[in-house]
Amino acid sequence: MSQWKDSGKLGLILLVSPLALWLALFIVLPHIDMVLISLRERVAARQYAFSWGNYTEFFTEPLYWRTFLRTAVMSILATGLTLLIAFPVSFYIAKMLRGRLKAALFILCLIPFWVSELVRTYGWMILLRETGLFSSLLQWMGLVDQPVEMLYNDVAIMVGLVYTSMLFMVVPLVTTLESLDDSLIEAAYDLGGNHLEVIRDVVIPHAMPGIVSGCIVVFMLTLGNYLTPTLLGGKDSLWFTEQIYTQFITRFNWEQGSAFGMLLLVLSSVIVWCGLKLSRQSFTRVMT
Amino acid sequence: MQLQANNTDVDLECREVTKSFGHFAAVQEVSFSIPSGSFFSILGPSGCGKTTLLRMVAGFQSPDHGDILIKGKSVLNTPPNRRPVNMVFQHLALFPNMTVAENVAYGLKRRGVAKTDIKSRVEDMLSRVGLPDSGDKQISQLSGGQKQRIAIARCLVLNPDVLLLDEPLGALDLKLREQMKVELKHLQEKFGATFIYITHDQSEALVMSDQVAVMNAGRFEQVGAPQELYYEPASRFVAGFVGESNRWYGVIQERDEKGFNVQCETGLKMRIDRPGNDLQVSHPWGVGKKLEFYLRPESITVTLGDTAPATTNRYKGKVESVLFDGARSQMLVRLPDAIELLNVALPQTAEFRRVKKGDVVSVGWMSGQVRCYEV
Amino acid sequence: MIPSIPSSRFFRRTYAAYVALFFVYLILPLAVVATFAFNDSLFPSLPWNGGTLDWFVGQKEPALGIFYDGELLESILVSFWVAVAVTILSISLATCNAFLFERHDFIGKGFLYMMMLTPLVIPGVILGVSILIFSSSIANGLEDNYDLELELLRPGLPLVILGQFAFITTIATLVISARLRRFDRSLEEAALNLGASNFAVIWTVTLPYLRPALIGAGIVSFLMSFENFNTTLMLVGSDAPLTIAMFDRLREGSTPVLNAVSVLLMVGSATLALISLFVQKPKSD
Repeated sequence: MSQWKDSGKLGLILLVSPLALWLALFIVLPHIDMVLISLRERVAARQYAFSWGNYTEFFTEPLYWRTFLRTAVMSILATGLTLLIAFPVSFYIAKMLRGRLKAALFILCLIPFWVSELVRTYGWMILLRETGLFSSLLQWMGLVDQPVEMLYNDVAIMVGLVYTSMLFMVVPLVTTLESLDDSLIEAAYDLGGNHLEVIRDVVIPHAMPGIVSGCIVVFMLTLGNYLTPTLLGGKDSLWFTEQIYTQFITRFNWEQGSAFGMLLLVLSSVIVWCGLKLSRQSFTRVMT
Repeated sequence: MQLQANNTDVDLECREVTKSFGHFAAVQEVSFSIPSGSFFSILGPSGCGKTTLLRMVAGFQSPDHGDILIKGKSVLNTPPNRRPVNMVFQHLALFPNMTVAENVAYGLKRRGVAKTDIKSRVEDMLSRVGLPDSGDKQISQLSGGQKQRIAIARCLVLNPDVLLLDEPLGALDLKLREQMKVELKHLQEKFGATFIYITHDQSEALVMSDQVAVMNAGRFEQVGAPQELYYEPASRFVAGFVGESNRWYGVIQERDEKGFNVQCETGLKMRIDRPGNDLQVSHPWGVGKKLEFYLRPESITVTLGDTAPATTNRYKGKVESVLFDGARSQMLVRLPDAIELLNVALPQTAEFRRVKKGDVVSVGWMSGQVRCYEV
Repeated sequence: MIPSIPSSRFFRRTYAAYVALFFVYLILPLAVVATFAFNDSLFPSLPWNGGTLDWFVGQKEPALGIFYDGELLESILVSFWVAVAVTILSISLATCNAFLFERHDFIGKGFLYMMMLTPLVIPGVILGVSILIFSSSIANGLEDNYDLELELLRPGLPLVILGQFAFITTIATLVISARLRRFDRSLEEAALNLGASNFAVIWTVTLPYLRPALIGAGIVSFLMSFENFNTTLMLVGSDAPLTIAMFDRLREGSTPVLNAVSVLLMVGSATLALISLFVQKPKSD
């Protein structure tokens, strides 16, 4: 038997090393490097010194921290909205439908995911812009007498963000709701609960892991989104990822960009952590 | 507990096999040997260590102490894929990605048997287990009983010295289980292979086996033919686990050279004899000794009304309830001077067909039919 | 609520209407994109000038169809090769990871598992820039100290592949682990018991069982790579993958050739999706 245990140990090392290498090279070291670069300042050509300057710059320049706050608030809002819209739909798919129709609608929910985010956003542009479908429709109905621009405002951004995130909310919700035994709901009714009480006492507690994991993923995707705010919000979208892009690619100020990146990462970690604490869920459990 | 094989041809032998998981002793110093071609069952409640024992024989676990010999050779250093034993798993473990024929051929292929040879041996095996045309079927197309037979065929095609079966009937419904019991026994006789069958179902063990080992808390309590276990249980555990019994705790009040008079905690008094036994040796207990008594429901003679049966112990009672279950029907009889209910097998005669709650009956049993054990 | 519990007709109707409305919301943008791919107009907007296939097969400006638009065709090819590379890398590592986390117990397993999940909560843009920074640091270090110029570490397709590999692996790992977890270990024991070597057990029993998950994870990886924008944007060099090329066109304002590309993407994705659904639901599962 001893030779078995040895081969087990060798196998373990063989399996751990690619993972460790991947983690180190693509996740851990790049982020450490980013922290280091965010904490330095160019003093001359190819000469750098330690400095908090990039971070103080963020707090002293209103455009930066306002964009930052705005991104955070809108991301939370978009997450909440997505949950609100997706929950009844997920419940319908998971509990009201059976068999073929259920499978068909579930797949229908997945379809937008199979198509690039770019195409989805493009669709909204065609719908919302001045020469777009909605504008023409309103004119045709006689509600307005000239083209209306519905792009390039916060509502347009919100519509696009919620749309793009929908799938990542629906899938975990349907999965957890499906695992809820119908007889639990029936028992709650049988014992005298009404619709709202049953949802509050039985359905939501059971769906909590799904709700939390959906919210985390949606929040992360929204916060880190670049495409949707840029295309639907236009020049004034003021999304924080745009600031990062500008610093890195347009201004070539990597130090400032790294600081922004770290701030965004800290923000997202803090909010995800708070969400997990408030809902008493664990990260590992929620994510798998 | 050593089982001496009267046949020198022994397929499997375990010598003081012991296995612990942490502080939990799963198997403790179990020794036995199984003669070639016999059907050997290990019967015990779940958690008694029988699965661990079987997995050690198969090689999926290694004993802490002791030795396992197959055909006289120790296999401790043989990995499971080289051991001449095959196993039918609890949930059968048929490969879902292969057809029936591919499942049966799997072991032969691993041995590098020639393709044409494999084909004929698989076909032969399938027809021997009564599924000659199922080779191309998917596993999911088979019924529960057919899967069972394929799982066994997959092992038998390799001509193993010993076939291990890990409660393979557990997943089947009652009717099919009864049928498979008979079928398994026939298969074993037909192939003449040595079967080791573990189960928690006493009826499976009793019906099929040549020898049964009753296992409890990691030890063998008794090894013997089914009849021995049933009529002469060697320990309290065996008496309680195999078959049904009425049970009492009681104290010896008088004793003579033939037996003793006892009084049970429930108030029941009875006479217990051990004719033909050397009482002093087999039951060296004195007055005041606390004992536990076992009496089988079918050992109780019962008559309607006041006519007392011709037995040593005789009581009058009232029927409390009738538990009708065909040939296994019983009635609960309350004895007036005792607080317990007596479990009595319902005689299959016309007069008892109409027996009902409240009827007066007389019950009795011979003094030799009660078995007693130290508490 | 659930069908077995009585609720008013009004409630049921409203609920069904809400769900129907939701699906309209879901389908509308895609339907619009697809429809305007066939509009005989230079702009993807009303009025409807009648159907045309120009945006697919048109051979001359301004109505240049996708099949003759060299720039877009090339970007599709770039995206394809990137996706193939990412898929192979991710699935290989993800399979190792699945075996590691499902089959082994070791000190620090919980921590390592959590680390493996972190790419899910790192915004794609940040993952992109961090890899950009790190590779540039290495490249600069090599250049300064050893006078080595490594083009591989500068923005370009190799970096795009690595950047996507960094987070797609996590998703593939989750898919493959989920199936491996449901695997009945007694099948492996049965194979060993029937005389198979350790290698033969994996090859003949475990991997065939994992096959649907491997194909499914492969398709998901391929599509995620093909459609990735955020990470790619930060790491891209002169060769633009499709999403980047489309983004540039979109900002300039483009002809409905983009709609035509989108239709092709939809058809391609739908085909892959159907394949993955087909392999995930085998007859005997």
